[in-house]
Amino acid sequence: MAAASPSVFLLMINGQVESAQFPEYDDLYCKYCFVYGQDWAPMAGLEEGISQIASKSQNVQRALVWNFPIDVTFKSTNPYGWPQIVLSVYGPDVFGNDVVRGYGAVHVPFSPGRYKKTIPMFVPESTSTLQKFTSWFMGRRPEYTDPKVVAQSEGREVTRVRSQGFATLIFNVVTKDLRKLGYDTGPAGTQNILGPSLPQSNLQ
Amino acid sequence: MLTKEFTENDEDAQVRRQKKKSRAQRQQRKKQPRTPGPEEMVSENCHVGPPLEPGEEKPDTHLLSTTARRGPRSLPPVPSTSRTGFAEFSMRERMREKLQAARSKAESALLQEIPTPRPRRLRSPSERESETEFGTEPSKEIQGTQQEDDLKSYTRVKFHDSVRKLKSKSQAPPGFPSAEEAYNFFIFNFDPGPEEQEEKPTVICRDGANQEEEEGEEEARRKEREFQNGKDAEDFLLGLDPAAHNFVTVRAAEYESTHIRLQKEKEVLFVPSRLTVPTYKKLPENVQPRFLEDEGLYIGARPEVARNNQNIMENRLLMQESGRKWFGDDGRVLALPSPIKPSPSRPPQFTQELSNKAELETLYKKATKYIHRHQHMIGSGDPPGNFQLDIDISGLIFTHHPCFSREHVLASKLAQLYDQYLARHQRNKAKFLTDKLQALRNAVQTGLNPEKSHHSLDTTQTNINEYKSEIRQTRKLRDAEQEKDRTLLKNIIKVWKEMKSLREFQRFTNTPLKLVLRKEKVDQKADEEAYEAEIQAEINELLEEHAEEYAQKMEEYKTSHQQWKAWKKAQRAKKKKNKQAAEENPDEEGGEPFPEEEPVKPIPPEPTDTAIIEQQVRERAVHSRRRPGEPKLVPELTLAGNTTPNEQCPRVEVLRREDVKRRSVYLKVLFNNKEVSRTVSRQLGADFRVHFGQIFNLQIFNWPESLTLQVYETVGHSSTTLLAEVFLPIPETTLVTGRAPIEEVEFSSSQHVTLDHEGVGSGVPFSFEADGSNQLILMTSGKVSHSVAWAIGENGIPLIPPLSQQNIGFRSALKRADAISSIGTSGLTDMKKLAKWAAESKLDPNDPNNAPLMQLISIATSGESYIPNFFRIEQLQQEFNFVSDEELSRSKRFRLLSLRSQEVPEFRNYKQIPIYDREIMEKVFQDYEKRLRDRNVIETKDHLDAHRATVAKYLQQVRESVVNRFLLAKHHFLLTDLVAEEEVPNISILGLSLFKLAEQKRPLKPRRKGRKKVTAQNLSDGDIKLLVNIIRAYDIPVRKPIVSKFQQPSRSSRTFREPHAASPSAHSPAHSADYPLSQVLVRPFVEVSFQRTICHTTTAEGPNPSWNEELELPFRAPNEDYSTASLQSVKDDVYINIFDEVLYDVLEDDRERGSGIHTRIERHWLGCVKIPFSTIYFQTRIDGTFKIDIPPVLLGYSKEHNMIMERGFDYARSLSEGSYITLFITIEPQLVPAEPVREKMSDMLKKFDSQEDEKLLQATEKFQAECALKFPHRQCLTTVIDISGKTVFITRYLKPLNPPPELLNVYPNNSQATTELVARYVSLIPFLPDSVSFAGICDLWSTSDQFLDLLAGDEEEHAVLLCNYFLSLGKKAWLVMGNAIPEGPTAYVLSREKNHYLIWNPCSGHCYGQYDTFCPLKTVGCLIGPDNIWFNIQEHDSPLRINFDVTKPKLWKSFFSRSLPYPGLSSVQPEELIYQRTDKAAVAELQDRIEKILKEKIMDWRPRHLTRWNRYCTSTLRHFLPLLESSQGDDVEEEHRAELLKQLGDYRFSGFPLHMPYSEVKPLIEAVYSTGVHNIDVPNVEFALAVYIHPYPKNVLSVWIYVASLIRNR
Repeated sequence: MAAASPSVFLLMINGQVESAQFPEYDDLYCKYCFVYGQDWAPMAGLEEGISQIASKSQNVQRALVWNFPIDVTFKSTNPYGWPQIVLSVYGPDVFGNDVVRGYGAVHVPFSPGRYKKTIPMFVPESTSTLQKFTSWFMGRRPEYTDPKVVAQSEGREVTRVRSQGFATLIFNVVTKDLRKLGYDTGPAGTQNILGPSLPQSNLQ
Repeated sequence: MLTKEFTENDEDAQVRRQKKKSRAQRQQRKKQPRTPGPEEMVSENCHVGPPLEPGEEKPDTHLLSTTARRGPRSLPPVPSTSRTGFAEFSMRERMREKLQAARSKAESALLQEIPTPRPRRLRSPSERESETEFGTEPSKEIQGTQQEDDLKSYTRVKFHDSVRKLKSKSQAPPGFPSAEEAYNFFIFNFDPGPEEQEEKPTVICRDGANQEEEEGEEEARRKEREFQNGKDAEDFLLGLDPAAHNFVTVRAAEYESTHIRLQKEKEVLFVPSRLTVPTYKKLPENVQPRFLEDEGLYIGARPEVARNNQNIMENRLLMQESGRKWFGDDGRVLALPSPIKPSPSRPPQFTQELSNKAELETLYKKATKYIHRHQHMIGSGDPPGNFQLDIDISGLIFTHHPCFSREHVLASKLAQLYDQYLARHQRNKAKFLTDKLQALRNAVQTGLNPEKSHHSLDTTQTNINEYKSEIRQTRKLRDAEQEKDRTLLKNIIKVWKEMKSLREFQRFTNTPLKLVLRKEKVDQKADEEAYEAEIQAEINELLEEHAEEYAQKMEEYKTSHQQWKAWKKAQRAKKKKNKQAAEENPDEEGGEPFPEEEPVKPIPPEPTDTAIIEQQVRERAVHSRRRPGEPKLVPELTLAGNTTPNEQCPRVEVLRREDVKRRSVYLKVLFNNKEVSRTVSRQLGADFRVHFGQIFNLQIFNWPESLTLQVYETVGHSSTTLLAEVFLPIPETTLVTGRAPIEEVEFSSSQHVTLDHEGVGSGVPFSFEADGSNQLILMTSGKVSHSVAWAIGENGIPLIPPLSQQNIGFRSALKRADAISSIGTSGLTDMKKLAKWAAESKLDPNDPNNAPLMQLISIATSGESYIPNFFRIEQLQQEFNFVSDEELSRSKRFRLLSLRSQEVPEFRNYKQIPIYDREIMEKVFQDYEKRLRDRNVIETKDHLDAHRATVAKYLQQVRESVVNRFLLAKHHFLLTDLVAEEEVPNISILGLSLFKLAEQKRPLKPRRKGRKKVTAQNLSDGDIKLLVNIIRAYDIPVRKPIVSKFQQPSRSSRTFREPHAASPSAHSPAHSADYPLSQVLVRPFVEVSFQRTICHTTTAEGPNPSWNEELELPFRAPNEDYSTASLQSVKDDVYINIFDEVLYDVLEDDRERGSGIHTRIERHWLGCVKIPFSTIYFQTRIDGTFKIDIPPVLLGYSKEHNMIMERGFDYARSLSEGSYITLFITIEPQLVPAEPVREKMSDMLKKFDSQEDEKLLQATEKFQAECALKFPHRQCLTTVIDISGKTVFITRYLKPLNPPPELLNVYPNNSQATTELVARYVSLIPFLPDSVSFAGICDLWSTSDQFLDLLAGDEEEHAVLLCNYFLSLGKKAWLVMGNAIPEGPTAYVLSREKNHYLIWNPCSGHCYGQYDTFCPLKTVGCLIGPDNIWFNIQEHDSPLRINFDVTKPKLWKSFFSRSLPYPGLSSVQPEELIYQRTDKAAVAELQDRIEKILKEKIMDWRPRHLTRWNRYCTSTLRHFLPLLESSQGDDVEEEHRAELLKQLGDYRFSGFPLHMPYSEVKPLIEAVYSTGVHNIDVPNVEFALAVYIHPYPKNVLSVWIYVASLIRNR
């Protein structure tokens, strides 16, 4: 059996970009993409996506619900560069220009299970008040040259950001062969649930 | 409070009087229409008070109303103190006015008789009552009865009220006036009366305490009451007779003018000033303010208080008594630091809304069995419980216990002293010291005897001195010891005597202790002798000492005496002189005090008196030593004594003994703070000893953290008390059962016990004396004797938890682990220091106490043990390393990971590093290791030339150092790198954008829009394409028409010419038909090759073809790395080759001509254009007409010499007569060029040190800013960065430099030719763009000598060198910074000839006239001369349209002007260039090697065909090449052709010479490849290849390669 000595481990993520709360804005859509290290490679599914435009719900919470599914499988040889999901939310401004309403990123959870993550979203600030006005007027807000910037640390010190709202994601994470390769990411009590012992008992 | 109230009464009374007055008027009016009725009566009561009898009014004031709604109420407490008095007053005034207003309003409502719905807010007090928190129940209860009682007499009411008052009082929270009280307060008159006087104290007492807190609430409540009152008033009016309103007058509100009020206020109120208080007022007199902050002490930030408020506060405080205590040393109000944190410490809560949802949500959690994984456990694999700790508790002795009698106390003291005595006796230090003293004396004796001594005199003397000092010390020690012994003995005897007396006194004995003093007889005579001898010896020594001292002092005395004498003499002389002087002029006498003090006449030291010393010694001896003949006393303590039986003891003692018997003691054993076992409870013996003798075997899992014994005492059957805790040390691992000694651990308790019997208690003072003096306080204390050891298993293995367990790193183990012992050494580490210390302190090696130390030292000094001579930092690091460093470095995976993170080029983009070492191939590292190895080895294979190899190596090193220098800067980001932000538009852009709104959506003439740029991050192979648009060409060489003299039917000549004429005229009638018309033909097509991908256009016709085709070539980045830095370093070139397509008729048989066509297509290379990819990358697009690089000899082709334009400079003409091609090249998608990076780097570099004057640098910045403002697109360069990274002013690069003398000698008379030759020489230096060599870094300028040494450089270096040569040739020359095609921003050289300007391309050596349309230089930004910079401020920047006269300030803005004169900057260039002659032999060798390599390559490129070499032709060509070099390709074509024709008549010949500067072999190969010579697949083709290298000085090599293919004609 080839699985006896695996050389890669797999990380399967599915879930959804569930909803977001942007108190000041409406009619937003979001993009997501994954940022991962050099030792990672997507195997199946989509690592990028763009959602429909959602309007605010009428109830008190005024949440924007996308329920936009994520389904991607990675393989890797190294936990370094563990995938992060980068969300960027866009929507029209007063003049109808599409402007960015928030960036946010979060690591995919390490251990298998179901997770609900709420990530704060932020946008880069204009460098001056005048810039702010003109960017508002022109409909070209400052935005990151690449949304993936928010998943890395390098160069962030030069930016100033303002928070805008929150997005909620749901992850269902499954890993394969991670423990066989010596990485124990599960909760503390599950150490002994190892694969090989089960088939033996079945054989008897 | 009370007194205040009374003082204020006057005021109040006044107010009340006023009120009363007004009310009395009203009352009189109301009196008549008064109708009986409960409601009305009540309301009247409540409103006006007792209506009829003013005398009886007073009691009413104090009646509480029975209900809230009606009935009289008593006066609520008046919260009036002197502080609030005025406010109260005005408040009341206002209240009254409001009341009146409400009343009148109600009246008017009533008059209209409209039952207006009551405003909601005005609820009746009763309604409200039910809601108020106080006094609801009783008031309601009473309400019912009250309605009946209302009409009854006042007394009743009064009684009732008082009852009620009590009740309500108990209910209302203290300090809150009830509603009624409040009501009454506003309604009733306040007449001072005797009863009020009575009542008030109680009221005030009740409320006074709370008054202050109330003040705020009062205000609010008052407002409520206003409504109540209003309501009440309404009620009253409703119940009133309709006629009643007649009696109500409406009056204007009383008004008191502001001025008067202010006056009044001034009397009463103190308004603190807002002015700043001078500091001296705030501080005590004569104290300077002290600022702690200035003294460097930390002072927290004071809370923000407005300056105004602060001043007010300070002024107020100063008015107060002892107000100064509020001020600190610095004269400011004392304040704590601001407690407000700058940031909230509580994390924000996002999920407030989600929380209820989250509660409902169910989460799936897999059921898992919890495995206990406590870290303290021994690894689960081991069988647990194998370890055992044995604790042996043998017993307990109290050294003090509450039940001790006095005798016991003494007994324990005695026992202690005796123990001490025994210990001392065992050591017998005095004896030892005496012996030592004796030995030392002997040593001195022997030392003094020179005969016996073998040592030299010096050493003996020092030895003796040492001995003597030793003797002195030892003697002192011995005396002290002996004295101690003696005092101890005395103490023992004293205590024993005390005990005996106590026993006698109390007439019973409690303890069996008995001291026996044994006398040891001594021989009196011998003893006396010894005593005397000892004393004598001591005296002698002392005398000796004193003598020494005396001698020393005497010496001192002598010298000082000498000095004194000398001084005296001098004085005398001086005096004499003075006297004489005084005699001469007596005025000065005595006016001169002696400047120095008179030295004291030294006193000679007195010799020591022997008698005194003897006396001293004897005294001491008597004091500390046994007298001679006195027997030695040896105390012996026994337990042989009898204790008195109970019957004979007094009652208290019996009680004590019974109490002792009732007491029992047990011990608890606590392991890691958990009780594991306890001993049996044992009765306390009469001797206060408890014997347990129990051994506890602890089976343990954990490494013990603590072992504790708890001593519990039980008295009778009652309580158990914890006496003390004893902490046992955890045994060493070497300590096992059987070997462990019994140890005693002391404990003590702090409990206080007083007993009613003979027991002395604990922690309680008691005394032995009858008068109670000399009190003692003793605490319960004792000793536990125990032993702790590790058990031994069955097979003799100690059951100790493995040692490694301690080092795992959990907290407790770390706490235990000694930092030093954990690294292998323990205790003192520096043995050398220890040994040194031992030597210095003269440790006695014979002292048994020092034995282990001496042993250690001896081992250390003998060097047997390892002494580390280092100090270890991070001792614990090793504990945390999870593998050793060697192991880590051996791991291939780790190595790969670390190399990748270091961004080593080979591994920078390594993806998916395998997870196991075994999956990593060794060969992954091979390249890298090879490169590392070769770094220092000059590799000659690629370079063929040693010099070039060294240069390449040097270049590599420079590059590495520069790259390293900028590695950090590379990771430095600017905002623009991360955030895309629109720039602030100026008005014009705004206007334009507004204008754009009105623009047509689909204009008829669309304008090009910029393409979207792609960041080079998410690209992969095949994403990027190179688009080459071939539009048209001009002046393509045409096949030469057959010249008449060759036009003979001779086979040989025809065949030779045929390929060039490209017309099989003899055979093809169709073609031969062309010739008569002399219609020459060329069928050119363009082939573009890039990265070995080839595309070509269709074939066009004629010398000016138009293709207009777009070719697409894929681009592949090296290592699949599409980062900016990597793209910049792509060295590939785009070759655009122009070929002529020639059709050959290969039909063998003429007869078949009618039925078939059999032709072969051949292509002839005409020329090429080479564009480096880096240029395209930086320019993003290349658009223009380029000169085609056509070989100087192109056999069979000629240019149509119908050029019309006459050039000014005649040899410029021939060069301009080239062929041109119009191209458009770009990259799809457009990549973000690395421009910002370069700018940023240069910014960074500016911050590097510069040796330029700071002023100059500022001026350059200013100049550049000004220029950029006017013409943002024109290049302006003032400073550049030299090769060492420093900023240098640009003119320092320009200086006349001598060209190689060989070149000057070629044409000594022809300056034009020389100029051209020099330009050629410069152009022969290989071109290497900076952006390639310093990928992504910046433009570095090297000086000309560096450039010549490196033999590589870009446009700037070429231009600088050329310009310098021109200057040295005496020309006027400038550096031109501008834009050219295809280079982009570049540097050219402008030279001024007699009447015109020439523009030189330094890289090609070509020159252009100013008005040459095909000049590649398109714009001119600035000119740089050796002493100035001129910026082009003309309207146009094309060289065609500008004036190069720099003296005109309107056209050229100069850097140095009158305001900033040229400071005479020294040049960075060398004084003179030194040229070495090139080694001819090496060149010849290189030539051969290149030829060989090229031949091999051509054969490689033709894998399917045989490649034959025509040696004959090769040698012909080889001869021809030097000719070409000398003539530079001019006017040799004809001769050459003739020559070839002569020699190779039988062949159809196609070939051309290529000319290049030599840098490396690779470009040569590429160039040959791009011509496509090898592509001929005619079976009988032969090739010829000749290489010629012409050496120029300084290793500049000009390479000629002649490639030809020959086809033998049959």
